[in-house]
Amino acid sequence: MSGRYLRRRLANGAALTVSVLLTGFALFFLGWILFVLVEKGISYVNLPLFTQSTPGAGIDGGGLSNALVGSLLITGLGILVGAPVGVLAATWLAEFGARRRLTMIVRFINDVLLSAPSIVIGVFVYGIVVAPMGHFSAWAGAAALAIIALPVVVRTTDNMLQLVPDQLREAAIALGAPRWRVTLSIIYRASLSGIITGLLLAIARIIGEAAPLLFTSLGNQFFSLDPNRPIAALPQVLFNYAMGPYDNWHHLAWAGALISTLFVLGLMIVARLFSGRKR
Amino acid sequence: MSEDTSASSLSASVALATAARLRRGRRYDAVFRWGTQVFAWLVLLVLGAIIVVLFHGGWPAFQHFGAHFFVSSAWNPVKNDYGAASSILGTLVTSAIAIVLAVPISFGIALFVTEIAPRWLRRPIGIAVELLAGIPSIIYGIWGLFIFAPWFSDDIQPALTNTLGRLPWIGQFFQGPPIGLGWAVAGFILTIMIIPFIAAVMRDVFEVVPVTLKESAYAIGSTRWEVARKVVLPYTRIGVIGGIMLGLGRALGETMAVTFVVGNAHDLHISLFMPGNTIASSIANEFTEADTLMHRSALIALGLILFAITFVVLALAKWMLARMERAQGEST
Repeated sequence: MSGRYLRRRLANGAALTVSVLLTGFALFFLGWILFVLVEKGISYVNLPLFTQSTPGAGIDGGGLSNALVGSLLITGLGILVGAPVGVLAATWLAEFGARRRLTMIVRFINDVLLSAPSIVIGVFVYGIVVAPMGHFSAWAGAAALAIIALPVVVRTTDNMLQLVPDQLREAAIALGAPRWRVTLSIIYRASLSGIITGLLLAIARIIGEAAPLLFTSLGNQFFSLDPNRPIAALPQVLFNYAMGPYDNWHHLAWAGALISTLFVLGLMIVARLFSGRKR
Repeated sequence: MSEDTSASSLSASVALATAARLRRGRRYDAVFRWGTQVFAWLVLLVLGAIIVVLFHGGWPAFQHFGAHFFVSSAWNPVKNDYGAASSILGTLVTSAIAIVLAVPISFGIALFVTEIAPRWLRRPIGIAVELLAGIPSIIYGIWGLFIFAPWFSDDIQPALTNTLGRLPWIGQFFQGPPIGLGWAVAGFILTIMIIPFIAAVMRDVFEVVPVTLKESAYAIGSTRWEVARKVVLPYTRIGVIGGIMLGLGRALGETMAVTFVVGNAHDLHISLFMPGNTIASSIANEFTEADTLMHRSALIALGLILFAITFVVLALAKWMLARMERAQGEST
């Protein structure tokens, strides 16, 4: 009897130890990646990185200014389209769609789109934007990012609106407010921090995307703000430079990798704090 | 109306104004309701448009190569002869490696966070694991190419070749040149990338196990491991499988990280250490360079195949998690 007890205790101890080790194993990789990024990238984060454009093949020096601006531009355009569409779609799901078949289907499809391969979104946008226009453009890149941001916004906004207690809606309706008023002035306000969290997460998701930009916004060695022309984006420049043969390209890639990772992780932590504090 | 006293005429006009306001409110309500519904439809429209556009773009390849497209490993832009076999196989193999490794690790994390860790440690660890999911795919690729792959081929691969590689039958999977680029490295990096997704779902479903159920098991003398294995896991089985499918869906479609380290060769081979490719990496590498209609169409056809596979996997994941939630709703 006591031998069996001992065996169970040992099995328990072993399992718990392994689970602690596995957690450590996973977090070790987070630490390793962050350490490498800082170690390799920090010495190349300097002023020219933010003021000079991406260097061509075999040209010394240079920076990432056009890629940084390009990333902000297409991410901004993407959110500008994806966010309102997503918030309004989620509004219908949460406010008007209760117990309707369409709601079930849209939620289901949205969750599938949430994890859909971003490269396929790129191929899709190539087919509906780039091919008809006849050239690559920042518009196309922004369209791809908007489609990737959309399900993130729908999902988080939908969840947040559903968290608002129905008594709040009923109280507002009882005071004579029409439904649109209830939604705009009461429900949105009550769930504002949650909606903003969703937008921050959507930005964090799309600003690091490279795959859908390769054949939509393509890349541009020069500074550009024209949405009608190809534009450089940081993740896509990182891809080209890390794969390229030149040392200064690699240096820029490490520096860019460091700042984009810190930006994305910082955004996620801010989003986390934002939603945590209000709730 | 004219014979009414002024007081009642006032109340009548107030009533009229109220009625008008209510009517206007109802009209705006209808506009608002229909307006937002249009955007809900838009989500479905996006899905429909993706399928139509991919099908339309891939049609020339499907039509030209027929069913042979799925089994042929040819990939020759000069002769315009294309087959999807090596890309599909690479996608499945790298994802399989990732799932086999990520599931036990994720289970360990979920167990640690829900059952073992002191309360103050749970949130920081949860956030840290979430950050692992937040690191852009391109960063995993750069780290994988410059840091992980050389280390893997120098230190890990020889060890695997000398142990697992000596075994009969499965040994041939573990033999190959120490290049550092191939299915194994890609699969391993995918492992790290999908751990957060699987672990998060496992943690969430573990947390919904009724406390009374666990306490009953503790009360009859179960150890924590026994509770986890014989109470928590059976109770959450469907949710856990849903989480694994979600991770699988992520692994199948992952692009940039894989493109860096998979080696990008359209070959069929048996060694996990040989350079290969995946559907996503083929598209990422070749799409801008594809200047013939057939090359581009073959790549779009690959995209459709990838979309179809991930759609089925993710739909199954969703369905299982929904079933878990429903079962949850009924039992409480």
